[in-house]
Amino acid sequence: MNVRIIKDKMMHAGVVFVTLCTLVPLFAIIYSVVAKGIGQINWDFFTKVTPNSMEAMLAVAEGKVIPGGVLQGIVGTLLIVLPATFAAVPFGIGGGIYLYEKDNSRLAAVLRMIVDMIQGLPSIILGIIVYLWVVVPMKSYSAIAGSVAMFIMMLPMIVRSTEETLRMLPNNLREAGLTLGGTNFRVMMRVMLPSAFGGTATGILLAVSRVIGETAPLTLTILGSANVCYDPREPNSAVSLLIWEFYNDPNMQSLIWSAALLLLVIVLLLNLLAKKLSKG
Amino acid sequence: MNQYPIMKIKNLSVEYAKGKPAVKNINAEIMNHTVTAIIGPSGCGKSTLLRAMNRIHELYDNINVTGEILLDEENIFRKSPIIVRRKIGMVFQRPNPFPNMSIYENVLSGYTLNGIKLKKSTKNEIVQTNLESVGLWDEVKESLQKKGTFLSGGQQQRLCIARALALRPQVLLMDEPTSALDPIATKKIEELILQLKNRVTIVVVTHNMQQATRLADSSMFMYLGELIEYLPTYELFNNPKNKKTQDYISGNFS
Amino acid sequence: MNDKIYKYCLITAVGLILPVGVGIFLTLLWDAMPAFEKFGVIEFITSCDGNSVAEGEKYGALPYIVGTLATSFLALIISVPFSLAAALFSGEYYRGKRFAGIIDSAVAMLAGIPSIIYGLWGFAVLNPILVSMKLSETGYGILSASLLLAIMIIPYSASLTKEFIMMVPSELKEGAYSLGATRSDVIAKIVLPKCMPGIISTFILALGRALGETMAVTMVIGNTNFLPKSITDTGNTMASIIANRFGEADGLQMASLIAIALLLFVITFIVNLTGKFIVKKLKA
Repeated sequence: MNVRIIKDKMMHAGVVFVTLCTLVPLFAIIYSVVAKGIGQINWDFFTKVTPNSMEAMLAVAEGKVIPGGVLQGIVGTLLIVLPATFAAVPFGIGGGIYLYEKDNSRLAAVLRMIVDMIQGLPSIILGIIVYLWVVVPMKSYSAIAGSVAMFIMMLPMIVRSTEETLRMLPNNLREAGLTLGGTNFRVMMRVMLPSAFGGTATGILLAVSRVIGETAPLTLTILGSANVCYDPREPNSAVSLLIWEFYNDPNMQSLIWSAALLLLVIVLLLNLLAKKLSKG
Repeated sequence: MNQYPIMKIKNLSVEYAKGKPAVKNINAEIMNHTVTAIIGPSGCGKSTLLRAMNRIHELYDNINVTGEILLDEENIFRKSPIIVRRKIGMVFQRPNPFPNMSIYENVLSGYTLNGIKLKKSTKNEIVQTNLESVGLWDEVKESLQKKGTFLSGGQQQRLCIARALALRPQVLLMDEPTSALDPIATKKIEELILQLKNRVTIVVVTHNMQQATRLADSSMFMYLGELIEYLPTYELFNNPKNKKTQDYISGNFS
Repeated sequence: MNDKIYKYCLITAVGLILPVGVGIFLTLLWDAMPAFEKFGVIEFITSCDGNSVAEGEKYGALPYIVGTLATSFLALIISVPFSLAAALFSGEYYRGKRFAGIIDSAVAMLAGIPSIIYGLWGFAVLNPILVSMKLSETGYGILSASLLLAIMIIPYSASLTKEFIMMVPSELKEGAYSLGATRSDVIAKIVLPKCMPGIISTFILALGRALGETMAVTMVIGNTNFLPKSITDTGNTMASIIANRFGEADGLQMASLIAIALLLFVITFIVNLTGKFIVKKLKA
């Protein structure tokens, strides 16, 4: 065989091999999280709060599963992410429509740059901002502060996905709506947004999955809590935050991996769902 | 039939950027219940002229229009564009049924978009008559709830015509309505256009000169933004006065 | 009437984004001022934290700037061959095939895994591996953080690189094939050179992601505030020092941390802006 053909085959094989190597960490991470976390997934995991380190140590010493679970984290995550989502969706879609409509204006260019800036902002910096904007004036860490941080994180993602999906619709669609005498508003609500549903919904789901796993800003905004707390003005917990709090406590290991498993399942499911929607 | 000019265009110019007119000082009258074709080489301003007629060009910034277009003696630029567009419908080059709506909803979309609520029976009637008038009823009556985007290109285009007709427009503008279709679908649309002129005045932009001779009662020839000649179609093609028109129809430039 | 409501909605949305964006910058600048006033901007950037009583309360960002740049660039270098291979795999060799779709989804899943889980895995699995390979004494350090970051940024650069690879016109490739080129010739001499600016911009954007990544890095980098001397040293990044210290900080220390945040903000903003600018130019 010709040397060039051998070289060609080697390159092909190399690309396939390196690509497969890329997937090794994915499977390694999923394997670790499932193998180490599955043992603690039981009814208590979802219905009880985290035990203190002492209780956990005693249980581990006796070779039992750690009593308790991550209920306060689950409640906290919901209490933080749901309000943030409800606020970010209308504002995000509104902003996306604005950027789509005012495509070439100078204000739109500035806004687009700001949206990109917020999107690229390291989440820990967002934590500082919300600490200064919300925690300091309220004189307390709180679920509200966490929600504000998540809201600001989700906003640019929803804005950009709305704008980009609208932009991918054929231009004559909106012209057709307008030639039928529809107002801008009606054409947007009845034709453009419904046609863009798939893309926008994908953007929203990806934004939700992103903030559910987010931890850094939470350390500076909700602080953490050992008990279930429904008051949004009080410090609270979150599933991701529990992992951070306990990751180097040897007694808590298996509980932490279970929390990681829960988080991973939720996030990957949301991603899969998003992918489905973007195709359908 | 009693013929009178339904649309009068007076000194119309359209500029995309200051000092760069795409359409220059057009004067023309369009008779009701006729088909008028606008022909000319690409970039001659024929689409721009058509799009000014129902003010759809206003979607884009930096477009400046001077002059008047009168519909039934009323200047369309003095009225709400919403009202104007309801009276002057439009069909586009590529069929564009609304992808989020069923066939049924597509026909009614003009009403939905105008916020008009209708009784169920009225809706059914509008859907049936308009689909019948574009010859689509028998083909789709079993699948009215399916999305319009599942239809073939020709069927989609007829659906778009039905959608425009449902609002009972006085004028229907068509921007190269068959250029994205195969010959058989094109033939059907052309037959449809000839039937429809009893109900509605049609202005059609086409790059296909044979199509103009088949369809149009009169034709405008545009070149570099100017209306060079506007004559009954037979005369324009057989006895053009202007050298440029002669060159164009004999294929000397395209 | 309706269009008024519409405009009102949109202006409200805009009235939110604009002040938030500007507010972020001004807040950081304002609250970082005490640190800059006390130490001076240049001095702050080029010095380390004080560690003797004689120096009094003194903070400097140098070790963290070095830590951030070292981990991010190292991660970028590690990730390049993997991202390129994954992009060539699904954008060229198996383009449009079902298998490519599966690989794409799997790579995209890497992007979905939360940072905190990467950190946990790095701490519990990757660090012991590094120790057993004798690459590091404890596992903690720049190397471990860079490896994690590399895994985390691969999906971003791979998917964008793939888009650029797929944008290469097929006539160009056919032209080369018709002259007898092999596939590897076409890739090396036509495809990659043609999309080189695009690939560079995707790596700039990936760098932007790595610079600000917090939790995963914080959990494996070892959290020391000396200037790291080699890649096996422990250290801190700008993001990780904030995550570690901010909770207990006040006064001048807090201002210093906010000053570090401002520097990080400026760096990531410039990097992202450059990347996006090139991408936009190329896609237009």
